Amino acid sequence: MAKKSLNIVESPYRAVIEEQDDTILWLLAAMQGAGGEHTMVLRGNAVNYAIAGQGAPGLTVGEWKQTQAPRMDRDVADLIENRKIPVYVVEEDLAERGIASDELVSGIKLVSRRGLPRLFAEYEIVSHW
Amino acid sequence: MPKKILTFALMDAPYESANLTTAFRILDAAARRGLDINVFAYEGAAALAFTRQSPHPNPVHGKNLAEENHPTTKDQVAALLAEAAKNGGKVDWVNCGMCVDERGVNEFVPGTRRGSPADFPFIDASDNTLVIPTK
Repeated sequence: MAKKSLNIVESPYRAVIEEQDDTILWLLAAMQGAGGEHTMVLRGNAVNYAIAGQGAPGLTVGEWKQTQAPRMDRDVADLIENRKIPVYVVEEDLAERGIASDELVSGIKLVSRRGLPRLFAEYEIVSHW
Repeated sequence: MPKKILTFALMDAPYESANLTTAFRILDAAARRGLDINVFAYEGAAALAFTRQSPHPNPVHGKNLAEENHPTTKDQVAALLAEAAKNGGKVDWVNCGMCVDERGVNEFVPGTRRGSPADFPFIDASDNTLVIPTK
């Protein structure tokens, strides 16, 4: 049986245009599909991934055009709805950036900084990406 | 008025950072204006024009090869050269020779070339130079 794993994501938008997704969210989806039992925490600047309605235009270079630009809110919603990966966001990190909880993708859970140690204790593996 | 010459030094490897997306947006704008462009592709950026890059399907996205239409930086480099030429500009894209040897990426998009730090003095003839360093 797979160990329960908590994954803290803190480095957002690292190469999402070139990859057409976030490599860590992609990895979690793939590992969950392979029988893992993962949970994700968005902290720091990565809390921005949880904002609904975001999206950058695809890259264009001359006649070359990107047709499948990433949508991070869609990918977060996919983790929650289709992969059954619980997604937490650190609420103080939202507040510091002026992001209200009603701006977030449906199904996001909030966790306070003080509540993180209690969350850590529920998992056998904690990974910080 | 003489044509402007811009020089860019890139250092990030493909698929590692958003720096290159920013770089390509700027390079595209310069090429559309017909400016002359120098690029020194250093360190990981020496792989940008590597011709053996391949797009791939994406099973997590549930998309096949055509649906995913995955970007490759070699295609972006080729498109940049074509756009500059169409608008009367030229691109001197230099791949650091030692960097490509170290990485085994010594097959370039046609129109780019192998070079060395000895080429970097092309900044002397440039109106401006932008270094986009890796971190």
